[in-house]
Amino acid sequence: MHILVIEDDVDVADYLVKGLAESGYVVDRASDGRDGLFLALGQSYDAMIVDRMLPGLDGLSIVQTLRAQDNRTPVLILSALGQVDDRVKGLRAGGDDYLTKPYAFSELLARLEAILRRGTGEAGDPKLRVGDLEMDLLTRAVKRAGRSIELQPREFKLLEYLMRHAGQVVTRTMLLEGVWDYHFDPQTNVIDVHVSRLRQKIDKGFDHPLLHTIRGAGYSLRPETA
Amino acid sequence: MKAGRIFRTSTFRLTLLYLAPFGILVFVLFAVLYWATLGLIDSQTNATIEAEVRGLAEQYGAHGLDRLVQVVAERSGPNGEKGAVYLLTGPDLHPLAGNLDAWPETRNTVSRDGWINFEIDRSSGGNATTRQIRAKVFRIEGGFRLLVGRDMAERAAFRAVIAKTLTIALGIAMALGVAGALYLSRMLLARVEAVAETSRTIVRGDLAGRVPLQGSGDEFDRLSTSLNEMLDQIEHLMTGMRAVTDSLAHDLRSPLTRLKGRIENALRSQPDGPHYRETLERANADVDAILATFNALLSISQAEAGAARSSMSRVNLGSIAQDAFDLYEPLADEKGLTLKPEIEADTFIIGHAQLLAQSVANLLDNAIKCTPQGGTITLTVRRGRDRSALVIADTGPGIPASERQHVLERFVRLDASRSSPGSGLGLSLVAAVAQLHRAALRLEDNNPGLRVTLEFEATAGEDEIKPQAVP
Repeated sequence: MHILVIEDDVDVADYLVKGLAESGYVVDRASDGRDGLFLALGQSYDAMIVDRMLPGLDGLSIVQTLRAQDNRTPVLILSALGQVDDRVKGLRAGGDDYLTKPYAFSELLARLEAILRRGTGEAGDPKLRVGDLEMDLLTRAVKRAGRSIELQPREFKLLEYLMRHAGQVVTRTMLLEGVWDYHFDPQTNVIDVHVSRLRQKIDKGFDHPLLHTIRGAGYSLRPETA
Repeated sequence: MKAGRIFRTSTFRLTLLYLAPFGILVFVLFAVLYWATLGLIDSQTNATIEAEVRGLAEQYGAHGLDRLVQVVAERSGPNGEKGAVYLLTGPDLHPLAGNLDAWPETRNTVSRDGWINFEIDRSSGGNATTRQIRAKVFRIEGGFRLLVGRDMAERAAFRAVIAKTLTIALGIAMALGVAGALYLSRMLLARVEAVAETSRTIVRGDLAGRVPLQGSGDEFDRLSTSLNEMLDQIEHLMTGMRAVTDSLAHDLRSPLTRLKGRIENALRSQPDGPHYRETLERANADVDAILATFNALLSISQAEAGAARSSMSRVNLGSIAQDAFDLYEPLADEKGLTLKPEIEADTFIIGHAQLLAQSVANLLDNAIKCTPQGGTITLTVRRGRDRSALVIADTGPGIPASERQHVLERFVRLDASRSSPGSGLGLSLVAAVAQLHRAALRLEDNNPGLRVTLEFEATAGEDEIKPQAVP
């Protein structure tokens, strides 16, 4: 996967590029807005990570220019501005996701994977499948190995999100945003309790676990162990 | 107060501006009055002369010239009307009767129909004066000429009196006007000065300065009240900012010191030692905690400054509460607590969805943390016609009445919870959000426990959509 990183802070950029390279990505970098846009327009990338405050041309303008040119490359916007309204601005400009600095690298990685997956586009499949777990979006029925599982509405939404991001690392923040539309950190590990309840319902009594805890990052729904 | 300043006030100028056309109007009015009065006198005089002429004509017609001479002589005598002037002359202008010495010079103004105005010299009591005469002249058969007139002295006197009176009246009116303008301007200048003086006090650094009110409830008082409210707000914000800076310095010093200690400890120990990694992880957690505190403080400051007000819209308090209930219910259950929802769906208010969600989350979080096992937490949303309420009540230890105001300040942790994790900002955020929404926040005794109430102004249902700015 070819990623473009546009970030002017040298230390942060080094850290990012190193981490991404270690995770198997091929990374190009630019430290100036205009250089970054030039690179973005010249090549086709699988995803971009763009800092909002840049010399030359700011991040949001870069994204707007790309979108105006019908460039649909998934973009993850990084910013020190973290209020909800700033996030809305970033997404409206054409960004696919918005991450506030400072962030944990695992968070960034998880979100990058998520927007990469989104980029490939999925058909409107009414059924989601992970291993022997099946979810029918129309009938709201959930089955594993043929056995029917009863889920509360919120548990259903949680499982749906995990299934749509199957194989990826899903952080607690992503779950809060995706399932509750909460853009703040409640501090207490409220999400963990929800996940363990879900685990009780979909993993207990079956031959192998699907819902895994990824230490220091979050959770992942996948047929094999991490 | 410097005199020059009064003249420069807009009040003075406006008053003069008003006074000018008013003055002109009055002047025109007086002028019309003057001319009308004079005109009336003139026409009366003319009518009198005409009538007399007719009378004399009758005499002449009935009894002939001799009679005419006799009548004219009579009327010209001492028994005649004062101010009446007659002259009857033969064709050679030789006077036959009357009280004029000679026929007047026709060089004087002669109008049609025989009307003339001329001057004569009269001496009365030793003083020689010039009198204005208005008369009518006409010819009689045989070349005789008759002149009948009136002394216009009275008219002139009357004219002088009227003119004098009107001029004095106009003068007094204008003088009063200007005096009034000066007085008014002085008064208003004093009011404006009061405001300016208060501003200077504040600029000098005394934030407690306020504009004095006169108590009359007029527009100046209303302006002063608004200004005072603004000054209250500024003082509040300034004090708040100082408090934040103080609190920040104070409360972040501990975690930062701890963090530094951990890192230095790790540096001193063996890089491959068993505790190295653990220390780094703890250090990372410390940084997260500090960042969370910063974020919370930022949210609070923004809420207090009202920055979020422009992004408020019609939101459903019921669904916000329901979402929060969903999120916290498993946690409460795990801690052996009962989380009871009493939520009236479709309760609409104007608000900021995220901040409200955060507030409810903070309150539920607090309640769950402090309520012992077996307790109950009730989450209520009550829809009213005018006001809607959000209530979170627990059966925990509660907050003593004396602490209830204090606990809303930043970084306040009650002694009971000092050792458990938390930044002490949860309730401050709720207080700031309440203020942003102009909602009432009440902390009361739940007997046992704490009951927190947020009361909002209700907003209409489906048919009334208000997507943007809140007044």
